[in-house]
This record gives sequence, structure tokens and C-alpha cells, in this order.
Amino acid sequence: MTPAEHDGSDLLAGFSAIVRRDLLLAWKRPGDALNPLVFYAMVSTLFPLATGPSQQQLLLNGPGVLWVAALLATLLALNGLFVSDYEDGSLDQLILSPQPLPLLVLGKSVAHWLTTGLPLVLVSPVIAMTFSLPTEITGILLLTLTLGTISLSLLGSIGAALTVGLNRGNALLSLLILPLAMPVLIFGARTVSLAVAGDATSSGVYFLAGYCMLNLSLAPFATAAALKISNE
Amino acid sequence: MSEALSMGGYGPYVWSCIGLTLIVLAVCAISARRRQHRIFNDIRTQLKAMEQSR
Amino acid sequence: MWTFFHKLASPPHFYRIAPAFIRVFAVTGLVLIGWGSWGGLFEAPIDYQQKDAFRIIYVHVPTAYLSMMAYSIMAVSATIGLIWRMKLAHAVAAGAAPLGAWFTFLALATGSIWGRPMWGTWWEWGDPRLTSQLLMLFLYFGYMALRSAIDDPLKADKASAVLALVGAVNIPIIHYSVYWWTSLHQGQTVMEGKMPPEMLNPLLINILGFTLVFGALLLYRVRSEVLYRERRSRWVRELVLGGEMR
Repeated sequence: MTPAEHDGSDLLAGFSAIVRRDLLLAWKRPGDALNPLVFYAMVSTLFPLATGPSQQQLLLNGPGVLWVAALLATLLALNGLFVSDYEDGSLDQLILSPQPLPLLVLGKSVAHWLTTGLPLVLVSPVIAMTFSLPTEITGILLLTLTLGTISLSLLGSIGAALTVGLNRGNALLSLLILPLAMPVLIFGARTVSLAVAGDATSSGVYFLAGYCMLNLSLAPFATAAALKISNE
Repeated sequence: MSEALSMGGYGPYVWSCIGLTLIVLAVCAISARRRQHRIFNDIRTQLKAMEQSR
Repeated sequence: MWTFFHKLASPPHFYRIAPAFIRVFAVTGLVLIGWGSWGGLFEAPIDYQQKDAFRIIYVHVPTAYLSMMAYSIMAVSATIGLIWRMKLAHAVAAGAAPLGAWFTFLALATGSIWGRPMWGTWWEWGDPRLTSQLLMLFLYFGYMALRSAIDDPLKADKASAVLALVGAVNIPIIHYSVYWWTSLHQGQTVMEGKMPPEMLNPLLINILGFTLVFGALLLYRVRSEVLYRERRSRWVRELVLGGEMR
């Protein structure tokens, strides 16, 4: 079948098949999805233990700690994004399939976010409570973390695609992605801090939303190109 | 002369910057040269070995 | 005109004519740096605010400018290499990365030394330029790490080109976010206002001089890259076995 024969529903079918497949795989091996979540909770509790229990300090550092932990947890989960597909050969199938590769890759990122990013977002209000962050900021916390983790999943998929099949790809992946993830970290943590201080947060939220859109539209193409190169 | 070199007390800062820059430029030049020599010699060794085995 | 570029892009031709350019660039560049630095260090008047410490500008600004220039060269040649599959372009990208990293390091180090007498601290997070330079250095490290992690040079060229492009898209965003971040806590700035010509001219001379030296180093590295990439070709065989000098 040539690409010209596709209609919209056909494209959607391929996309949703990928999402369903990856969700099913995650369902069968819940440990893989739980690990980042546990990691997130653990890193967040390390900081108060290291810096002392002063509530004022926790309030000041809480948003930053939360975001650093979220960033690291997302990175941890990214390493496996394409590895199993690469090892069992289904990556070849993905690349050779008549469906456009960027769309399939977007499907993988969506499934990845649903299994790691979303749970992370959902538990963060609980962790925020342990930092004695006020409950009024829960809305802004959920919003910024949602936008931010989507961006991180998409950005990270580029790194995962570039390092798939390499030895010690894990450390390399962090080295590639961390500098690119700085805008998300800066705007995410700052916006939550501003919310805690009771200041206006709209500029940060707009930035995160815009950055998320940029990643949604560009990252799948970069990831697809990188996958093709890595799988040669 | 020493007055000009001391830079009104800021001499150590200014001169360490200049010195560091010169050192890094030298390191860049030397490492580029060594890389060129290594690549050249590697290719020569390989080609000679191939010729002898023929 | 076009034939000139075509010949330039042909590896053996490039390999042969590069040394002449390297020599001219290096000699002119070093003379200019000597001239500009003499003017900047000894002849330019003292800055009324920063006294003699401002003279660090004569090495800081050229290296900072070249650290960004190197990334642009890398990203542009990576794009050319990806789209037109030009081998020389990938060689340029490979040669520019370590130089860019070294110049970024220089810009960071001189900026930090400059900051010590001005801000009373070696590192001021409030200065957006230092912070974004640091992130730039990390980007270079990532690029070089990816390149060296892939054994197949053709694959390394293409994969690192994708990374360079992704980085090029993100650099303006990273700069913007760092500036936004520091604007919230009032960063200090070094050097404001216009410079008189006797201060500015040595700086311009030094910028030109450093650019030429950078160009010479880049051409030298690209020449090595070309030699390595073409190691199985006939012209390299004739060159190496013909007893010709390096």
C-alpha cells in the first residue's frame, strides 16, 4: 500500500494500535512503570532528610526539589523506550510499516507518558503536601507538571532513539537530554515557586504550553529520523 | 613597567585570563597536530601491512 | 564560482589547498591578536567603573562569540551533511565540536575570573550569560559523547547531526529561559553603555584575530577528519605511500 492510499482513519488506527500495544505491555509488567514512580517519591524524600526539617526551607526548596525529582524519574524511564523493540526486532517492523514513522513514534511517546508521566503527575500533590506546600497551588502544580512531563517524554524520545543499541546508552542519554530539559525545569519549578509566593503564574504556564506544542509537533520527526539512523 | 603589569591591583585576574587563553590555544593547536600525525601514521602502517601481506 | 565550490568540496583538493589557508589564517590571526591585545592591555584608557579589570574583555568577548559561532557552524554543516549527504560537511561538524567546547570553556573561565573582582564571587548564578554558557558546554559534551559512542563513522555523522539540529532549535529557548529565570532575581551585568573607540578598536581587532586563529584550527582539524574518512581511497593511498609530508 502506498502512502497515497491512506485516509485519516487508517492513520489513526495505526497510532492507536501502537498506544494500545505499549499500554498492554506496561500492564503485563507493572514493575517497569512503577519503578520511576518509586524513584520519584524516594528522591523527593531524600532532600528534606539531607537539608533538615525546617518548614520554611522546605517551602522554599520544595518546588525545585519536586521538579528535579520529576525530571530524573522521567529520564530513568526513558532508557527502555525503544530498547525492547530494538532487541526483539519489532523496531524494524515499525520502520518498514507503511504508516508514517513520526506518527507511530508519537504513539510510543503518548503511551510512555501515560504509563510514567501521568502517574508521576498524580502523586505529586501528595509529595507537595509533605513539603507543606499550600493546597491552593495543587491546580498549578498539576498543570505545569502535566505540560512539563509531556515535553520531557517527547524530548527524551529523541535521546532514546539516538542511543538505542549503544553500550552504556543510559548515562549517555542523560548527558544528551539534561541540557535540553533545562527550559522545562526552569519554567516548571519557577512557576510553582511563584504560585507558592502568591505571584502571577500565567507567563510560565504559557511558556510550558507553547514549549509542549513545539515538542509535540517537532520531536516525533527528530525521533523518527534518529531511529532510522540508529537501526541501520 | 611593573605598574602597567600590576593593572592597579587587578593584575592577577587579567594576566591569568590572558595566560589561560594562550594555554588553551596552544593545547588546541598541539592536539590538532597530534591527531593529524596519529591518523596519518595509522593509515601508513595499515597500508604497509596490506602491501606486505599481498 | 560554482566550480570553485565543487573543487573545494572534493576531499583531495581540499586536503591539498588547506595548508596554505591554515598558514595565512594562523599568522594573520596571531599578529592581530598581538596587536589588539597590546592596544587593549596597555593603550586603552582605564574604565571608570571597573578600572583595569575590564581589560579581561579583550579575551572574554572573542572567545564567547566564537563558542556560539562554532555551534552555528556545527549545526549548519550538520544540516548540509544530512540533506545533501556531503562528506566534507560532516567533517566540518566533527572538527568544530571540540574547538567549540574549548572556546566555551575559555569564555566560562575568563567570565568567572572577571566576576571575582566585580561581584566578589567566582560564580554568579544571577548572570544569565555565564549560566547559558555553562549549558552550552554541556551541549558540546553531549554531542562529542554521542559521536565517540558510535563506532561506525557514517552512523556517528548522521546521529550527531540530528542532535546538533535539535540543539540548535533549543539553544534560543534555553537562552530565553535562563534570561527569564535571572530577570526574577536581578542579575548584574558587566559593561554597560558605549565604549570609546580607543577601547573598542582593540576589541574588534582581537575578535577578528581570534576568528582567524579559530578558522586555522578548524581547517586543520577538518583536514585530519577528511584524511581519516578517505583512508580507503586511492588518493590517500598514493599520498601516504608516496612519502609526502603530512
